[in-house]
Amino acid sequence: MAQAAIELIGINKSFGAVRANRDINLEVARGTIHGIVGENGAGKSTLMSILYGFYQADSGEIRVGGKPVSISTSNDAIALGIGMVHQHFMLVDNFTVLENIILGAENDALLKSSIAKARSELDRLEREYGLEVDPDAVIEELPVGLQQRVEILKALYRGAEILILDEPTGVLTPAEADHLFRILKQLKEQGKTIVLITHKLREIMAITDTVSVMRQGTMVATRTTKETTVGELAELMVGRRVLLRVEKGESEAGAVKLSVKNLTVKDSRGVTMVDDVSFDVRGGEIVGIAGVAGNGQSELLEAISGIRHAVSGEVMLDGKPIDLTGKADPGELRDRGLAHVPEDRHHVGLVLAFEENENSILGYHDDERYLKGPFLDVDAIMADAKDKIEKYDIRPGNPRLKTANFSGGNQQKIVLAREMEQDPGVLIVGQPTRGVDVGAIEFIHKRLIAMRDQGKAVLVVSVELDEIRSLSDRILVMFAGRVVGERGPDATEGELGLLMAGVEHQEAAE
Amino acid sequence: MSTPYAKLPAWADYGLIPLINLSVAFIVAGFVVMLVGENPFRAAVILVEGAFGKGTGVAFTLFYATTFIFTGLSVAVAAHCSLFNIGTEGQAYIGGLGIALVCLSFDSVLPWWVIFPIAIVAASAFGALWGLIPAYLQAKRGSHIVITTIMFNFIAASVMVYLLVGPLKPAGSQAPQTRNFLAGAELPKLNWMIELFGAKIRSAPLNICFLLALVMAFLVWLLIWRTKLGYEMRTYGHSSKAARYAGISETRIIITAMMVSGALAGMMALNPVMGDQHNVAIDFVSGAGFVGIAVALMGRLHPVGIVLAAILFGMLYQGGAELAFEMPAISRDMIVIIQGLVILFAGALEHMFRPYIQALFASVSPKSVGMQAVNGKGA
Ligand SMILES: Nc1ncnc2c1ncn2[C@@H]1O[C@H](COP(=O)(O)OP(=O)(O)OP(=O)(O)O)[C@@H](O)[C@H]1O
Ligand SMILES: [Mg+2]
Repeated sequence: MAQAAIELIGINKSFGAVRANRDINLEVARGTIHGIVGENGAGKSTLMSILYGFYQADSGEIRVGGKPVSISTSNDAIALGIGMVHQHFMLVDNFTVLENIILGAENDALLKSSIAKARSELDRLEREYGLEVDPDAVIEELPVGLQQRVEILKALYRGAEILILDEPTGVLTPAEADHLFRILKQLKEQGKTIVLITHKLREIMAITDTVSVMRQGTMVATRTTKETTVGELAELMVGRRVLLRVEKGESEAGAVKLSVKNLTVKDSRGVTMVDDVSFDVRGGEIVGIAGVAGNGQSELLEAISGIRHAVSGEVMLDGKPIDLTGKADPGELRDRGLAHVPEDRHHVGLVLAFEENENSILGYHDDERYLKGPFLDVDAIMADAKDKIEKYDIRPGNPRLKTANFSGGNQQKIVLAREMEQDPGVLIVGQPTRGVDVGAIEFIHKRLIAMRDQGKAVLVVSVELDEIRSLSDRILVMFAGRVVGERGPDATEGELGLLMAGVEHQEAAE
Repeated sequence: MSTPYAKLPAWADYGLIPLINLSVAFIVAGFVVMLVGENPFRAAVILVEGAFGKGTGVAFTLFYATTFIFTGLSVAVAAHCSLFNIGTEGQAYIGGLGIALVCLSFDSVLPWWVIFPIAIVAASAFGALWGLIPAYLQAKRGSHIVITTIMFNFIAASVMVYLLVGPLKPAGSQAPQTRNFLAGAELPKLNWMIELFGAKIRSAPLNICFLLALVMAFLVWLLIWRTKLGYEMRTYGHSSKAARYAGISETRIIITAMMVSGALAGMMALNPVMGDQHNVAIDFVSGAGFVGIAVALMGRLHPVGIVLAAILFGMLYQGGAELAFEMPAISRDMIVIIQGLVILFAGALEHMFRPYIQALFASVSPKSVGMQAVNGKGA
């Protein structure tokens, strides 16, 4: 048997009353891809953070290459050849791609030679793995999909022997994910060891050699991938049977609630991101927008929700126009029944430094329910937060906990709970289940469909084709800022994939 | 992923770390005292006794603390909205102008308890106005608040010099200051409060502004953590994108926060002007605005911390004055050095010892690390 690259023995870690890891044993063989799955809050990220030196275990031992090691900072981990791509990007927003890549690896004061070296190295990596990004683009101007690429490049640049990826495919399309997997396989062939955390069981089946399942802080099973099934893994994770595709009836589309006409949006550099887009969303239907990340979906959502200035076009909410000058008051749009779950929950949808209950009113803090005159009605806010925690099974169920300390999936539930519980007439959702476990996906999908059945108009933007296909009554595909096709819910993956790649669009242009 | 700074239990975060920083500041200050050939232990005793030993000392300490509570709160309110208000100095100075106008007009006709509320309004209004202009420039034109508030300190100083050597100076007087106010503009002293504890007080300037400062500290707490406005300020302070998403107007929140900050700075002037000097003289703020930055940082932008930090700085001012008097080798400037060291270690180098303490905690009791996050911030 191959020698173990990493061994974790009896790892325990508590955060106050929360036991994030209990007696975890894990062995990862050298030159393999090892998957870790588990519900939101199961402790996956915590375990990997211990391995990467972000947290110290309360007890337990770590061995790398057979030798017991102590890892107290991420520098120790890097020195041991461990690299990590985080679930939540660790990029400096106002640095360029290149600057982010060399951050922490600079080796002379003037940076001149490191920059030149990094540039050629980056170029090589980009070509080798087909991970194109403009090295001089500023991170905050890149859509999340591309930011992810930078994270991956950053880890590769450090030349790690053991690579930990915490939900790397969260924002990638299946095609992009396949691409990433080709890279991972290549790395594996070169003898590198990969630990992959993901909520997508399909990915586990496709790429891993072995898979471990965590539940509520414990390691419940380890399987050889070839000998297990998606159904078994889902059941091990959640402890019950899970519906992988939610049932839904026929839609009964009513009046048009949201209407977008000839909308054109440019980004801060003047590049056209949304190009003459028109569509309607009716009450009682879910319209899904599919597309590879970075094809204008983010900008479209932002323009519709009044956050971003649109160059031209018209958006009507219940027959009345929305101010598209970029000065629209999102608060007023909320009053008119428009709820928005933004794609970027960390910078936009949540204030991570706030307590959970404070985030559960973000954007609705003007609402009388939460106020007593100019004062916050703390009791009402708390009761409301507890109510949502209960309904959406947000864990840990402590409304005083700082939001940054919730696991990714639970943070997403905080945003969803806030927006869905307002009972909006129109709900627009960016990446509804990014980083959310199978059990919670089932739950969120059921909720979205229930909203549809109540006659609400729902617009979903997702890079998950599966999600788009199982939720949508109509599917629009965006490519290079344009809507390049509309399909019914029975469109095949291949058909949509071609549209997303712009194939038909290019043919039409010729 | 949580920030690397959020990993200590609350008592270590709010108690132990400031204490260590302070001790280091005093140790280094001790070396400075040794360098000029004095006994640092005796110096420390004189300093503490000067500040707290006698009733008069306590009254002076609290008088200075009052000033710093106002300026500390002023800096903190702006900081919660991620605005670095360096203009507290100038806002307080201009606040003094507002008070002068009220007192000079009414001190012969109205009693203090009528003038006081009017003066509070005038001081805050003038201070707020001096905060409003840089805020407007920041919100509308993107001019950086740090630069503009510094410039407004200079403008305030020039305006006041002009007024105090010209229009506001009584004819025939040599001193660049207003005439002395009459009894109607003199605030009652609070020395009886300390005498309750059996101490004797000769004459000390502690006055009811101290109580006003405590009330303001409570109101600031209320504002920041219990009102909608405070919620919006904190949201913007943490993430301007989230604020935009939540429908919080950037212009409005910046301007409001700076006006509240300026109003608090303006109120600071009540303490020396109406409580002590009974006139407005050139440079009466004398750096209290800048001390406010240190006080706010040391107090972790929390009113309770700010009151404590203000008392510490009050002690340094009062005890320092005693020290300069008792030990001739230690000049007034040496006291400023000691104050500077406290600012350096407790403010600027706040996080210097934190990683070591964190490592210590992690090795002694790994469980405790992360508790704070679970307990919440307790505000
Ligand atoms: N710094 C912290 N302080 C307090 N609790 C924490 C902290 N970090 C994580 N937790 C808690 O520990 C548990 C495990 O979290 P972790 O992030 O490891 O979950 P996860 O399996 O990665 O979940 P997800 O799939 O949603 O990313 C959660 O209940 C989380 O709220
Ligand atoms: Mg995680």
